[in-house]
Amino acid sequence: MNLTEKQEEIIQEFEVFDDWMEKYEYIIDLGKDLPKIDDANKTEDRLIEGCQSRVWLDSHFNNGKMHFTADSDAIITKGIIGLLIRVLDGEEPKDIATADLFFISKIGLQEHLSPTRANGLLGMVKRLKLEAIKHISAA
Amino acid sequence: MSNLEQKPFNVREIREEFPALRQQVYGKNLIYFDNGATSQKPKLVLDAINLFYSKENANIHRGVHYLSQRATTDYEAARQRIQRYLSARKSEEIIFTKGTTDSINLVAFSYGSTLSAGDEILISAMEHHSNIVPWQMLCERQGCILKVAPINQRGELIMDEFDKLLSKKTKLVAITHISNTLGTVNPIKEIIQKAHAVGSKVLIDGAQSIQHMRINVKELDCDFYVFSSHKVFGPTGIGVLYGKEEILDRMPPYQGGGDMIARVTFERTTYNELPFKFEAGTPHIAGGICLGKAFEFLESVDMEAAERHERELAKYAEDMLDTFEGLQIIGEAKNKTSVVSFSLKGIHPFDIGTLLDKQGIAVRTGHHCTQPLMDFYGIPGTVRASFAFYNTKQEIDTFVEAVERSLSMLK
Repeated sequence: MNLTEKQEEIIQEFEVFDDWMEKYEYIIDLGKDLPKIDDANKTEDRLIEGCQSRVWLDSHFNNGKMHFTADSDAIITKGIIGLLIRVLDGEEPKDIATADLFFISKIGLQEHLSPTRANGLLGMVKRLKLEAIKHISAA
Repeated sequence: MSNLEQKPFNVREIREEFPALRQQVYGKNLIYFDNGATSQKPKLVLDAINLFYSKENANIHRGVHYLSQRATTDYEAARQRIQRYLSARKSEEIIFTKGTTDSINLVAFSYGSTLSAGDEILISAMEHHSNIVPWQMLCERQGCILKVAPINQRGELIMDEFDKLLSKKTKLVAITHISNTLGTVNPIKEIIQKAHAVGSKVLIDGAQSIQHMRINVKELDCDFYVFSSHKVFGPTGIGVLYGKEEILDRMPPYQGGGDMIARVTFERTTYNELPFKFEAGTPHIAGGICLGKAFEFLESVDMEAAERHERELAKYAEDMLDTFEGLQIIGEAKNKTSVVSFSLKGIHPFDIGTLLDKQGIAVRTGHHCTQPLMDFYGIPGTVRASFAFYNTKQEIDTFVEAVERSLSMLK
């Protein structure tokens, strides 16, 4: 599945929800299921400080593909991270750097990626893309 | 200037005056519990904003034409209304600023410039960043020393410690009347008397008190009292610095520009009198006039009954929230106003706030611009419900149910 197909799959999954609370119930579950980053690895260089919640991001480059692990102290933020990783993990740096993450607004979560939300997610997407760009220029 | 008659306190009637309260968000009736951040506006203010820009819009203090004179008269009448409401001696003591932060910065720069190295500024551990950072910047510029009076676990100022920090070196005590995060009401009358006894001036941050109680600056005898319009049912972008005339007179201007001058030549400029000395440039004219309207509205409210109602709401909410396992009320001062801040073990305030939002309830989450206070309690932030006199017990019932539902999802 490519980046676009993965996003369309998520949009479809969200279509079954009737109201906001169901949607968030699902996001919270995703957050609970996402693998944690060990406290020892929650270092300053991995931290993306938001005004409200904090995000830690770890990335690896392997066989031409990017891999990400991320964590947050807020479970809803973590659930949204889970969705972002599902879309971007295992993709090539050039695709990540240019990715249009249209699914976020399609499922009604654009507020979480707005600069005013200050939950670290916008910073995380920027960091993800910057990491990808590094590997394009290194290639 | 018309006067509304003061009516017996009736929540339902008061709610009628606030159109923003009658709307749905995400298909739910809006419950607005973020009054500590900003208040909603009564019709009197909304209509005045519309009227100003529809019929009166003109620059003030210099026009010869009809509209300019009318706008000037209304703007100055607003100043006088605020003076009367605060029981200030003269309208010259009411300086229009951009808000609380701007008022504090004005004092920090202007009054601050008269201080010397080694002079001390005394604040408390519960201050908003806007009553911390301007003083830190002043200390950097002038070599002054910032002292911080500690608080106890309940969120009350420890007066013995305050007394110890207060000395002849203290040139200014800058303290909040009511903590935006904890709701603690500080004993400012006692603080002002003690500060004056050592020759210190006192600035009261009234951002969280002006909307909850009747303020009398003459009786308090504070040297400065500052607040923002938008927290007291007026428009954003304007606020007030009250200062005693004899102190303001001795203070140098803060910003230079139009309106604040008497005569300008390239060699030398002389400054205008109070209050204009501190009001450089075209002010927020509509804001000033409509802040006057907000006070006209407040004059129609029985503020003593309103305060009792607000405190009842807070008590009611706290008693219900207290039954939740792992929930801790942050700020349990004996004298506190209508702020209920809480944290939940193992749950991030952001998650609760997001879920409450989706249930139509507006609260504030985070550190509330009081990071040192969060460090004191060892928490990343709180969920804060802050009530105004237009809130109701029914709204609190819905809020508590929503908290319960959110917790069941997050656990």
